[in-house]
Amino acid sequence: METIFFTIVAAVTVLSGIMVVTCRNPINSALSLILTFFCIATLYVTLDAPFMAAVQVLVYAGAIMVLIVFVIMLLNIRSEVGRRYTHAGIIGTVVGFLMLVLTFNFLNNSSLTGAKGLITTDVINKIGHTELIARSMFTDFLLPFEITSILLLVAIIGAVILSKKKI
Amino acid sequence: MLGAYLPIIFLVVIAAVFGFASLCFSSLIGQKKPSEVKLAPYECGCEPVGSARERFSVKFYIIAMLFILFDIEAVFLYPWAIIYKKLGMFGVMEMAVFIVILFVGYIYVWKKGALEWE
Amino acid sequence: MGFELFGLPMIYYIAMIVKVLVVFVFVLLTVAYATYAERKIIGHMQVRLGPMRTGWHGLLQPIADGIKLFFKEEIVPSQSDKFAFLLAPIIALIPAFIGFAVIPFGDTIEVMGYKIPLQIAAFYDTAAGKVVDLNVGVLYILALASVGVYGIVLAGWASNSKYSLLGGLRSSAQMISYELAAGLAIISVFMMSESLSLQKIVADQAGFGWYAFKQPLAFILFFICSIAEINRTPFDLPEAETELVSGFCTEYSSMKYAMFFMAEYANMVTVCAVTTTLFLGGWHGPGFLPGWVWFIAKVYFLIFVCMWIRATYPRYRYDQLMRLGWKVFLPLTLLNIVVTGLIAR
Repeated sequence: METIFFTIVAAVTVLSGIMVVTCRNPINSALSLILTFFCIATLYVTLDAPFMAAVQVLVYAGAIMVLIVFVIMLLNIRSEVGRRYTHAGIIGTVVGFLMLVLTFNFLNNSSLTGAKGLITTDVINKIGHTELIARSMFTDFLLPFEITSILLLVAIIGAVILSKKKI
Repeated sequence: MLGAYLPIIFLVVIAAVFGFASLCFSSLIGQKKPSEVKLAPYECGCEPVGSARERFSVKFYIIAMLFILFDIEAVFLYPWAIIYKKLGMFGVMEMAVFIVILFVGYIYVWKKGALEWE
Repeated sequence: MGFELFGLPMIYYIAMIVKVLVVFVFVLLTVAYATYAERKIIGHMQVRLGPMRTGWHGLLQPIADGIKLFFKEEIVPSQSDKFAFLLAPIIALIPAFIGFAVIPFGDTIEVMGYKIPLQIAAFYDTAAGKVVDLNVGVLYILALASVGVYGIVLAGWASNSKYSLLGGLRSSAQMISYELAAGLAIISVFMMSESLSLQKIVADQAGFGWYAFKQPLAFILFFICSIAEINRTPFDLPEAETELVSGFCTEYSSMKYAMFFMAEYANMVTVCAVTTTLFLGGWHGPGFLPGWVWFIAKVYFLIFVCMWIRATYPRYRYDQLMRLGWKVFLPLTLLNIVVTGLIAR
């Protein structure tokens, strides 16, 4: 059951991912990208990570894509962009091939032992995924968390400077 | 896991089927008498002037960008909210630092007038 | 009931199908009769009668409206982006209707020895002896709300009409602004309940320990922000007739228009149900009536309040609306979180 479900969702993910780069109309590309995010969120759910799924939809599909759709609407790019970047296809193929080689290399020669870690499905179901993330984020990874706020501050200032003529 | 998520998939399917079916049904039985004027963009009875695809105010982008940034802040607050009692005063302090740093950004945005709609 | 499918007994599947269909039909009927109730209530508040002709006191009005909309001509503007134009109503409709999946609308009931929680996305785990629902139920609703923007923004863009585009843009900017404030306002509730699961949040409010009493500011902020997020009066700027004709749905007709209308009312029902669940004790109430009756009563009361607000307040101006969202509500929600953090430990 789980395998069949994964196969279907993964197929839709890959297909919509291909649609993102092949669609002539940029709005359709954006819609495909939203679908891809939803499929990835579904995959997170099957991996017992519901918090990641919710954040994926909330931040990527719900916030970042709104900005991208706004930009597409502003620039009014119709189907002319596709012709300008002819090298993109070649570079994309090379990078994709390298990624494939890396993946196979990782699967064959790495130190994957198959041993299970501390956080198993039972632990997640008992304590809750959100709480597990919270525990490590606000104790062990406190410094990265606080640095994130500085990063966000920089982004806020950057957003204002980019969009205002007079500072 | 499956027990809680299967009904959601079922509900999505029902809603989608309902939407598509009523759209198809109405386009089958509805009348169709298209004319050139009827299919033109609506502009209060006048001839449409220019295209609607024009540039619009940069304000909307600022709002969208600020929304992303503050939304990420909110996403950090959700996991914190459910364990802050266990972390005690330490938890309140670490989130206070986080919020204060972002609040500086918020005041900056306010002072630069990015939230004004004149 | 020995037969099992994927580790779940057959009765689970039967219960699931029944629950989903009942809730879906219930939301549809509520949406249909909310339009009727709105016309009646506002009519009487303005010393008019409202619909009277179709059926006794106009009771068949929603059905007549629905049939009429089916027979209306479907107009697809010649300059529009056809695919996106057809897709937009469905994208608006689906998130509006599936939000109900995580809301618990009653106590666990027992059918033939099998316990069934009255919540769509949940089941009773016999081994653990408790109801299992979404660990992130509230985030599911927030995520759906954030996706609801696309139907409107796409409709505005695809119509290729100036009114639609402006309406869609205004609407989406308003929705994301108030979504942020609403999302921050409910954090204080999670701080008190220490969970994102709606089962747990409702269980915490048993015996009139409603979060509306413990978190009055969060309650008021969340309700106002939600009304603004679903574009209802006094925040119905996207459809300000005097400026934008009909906003993002100017070019829409027939069932496609009806879908935006249904989505708007379904969103209202969902928002009222979420507010009930988070702040008004969910299905808890005095024991002489079953839980789901209390739940429906509370939701209908909040829907009535929405209509009351519409009959009372004039429309906001757009700059006032954005100022209210970003300069008043956002700092207030952050202040509420800090105060809760310091006091409620």
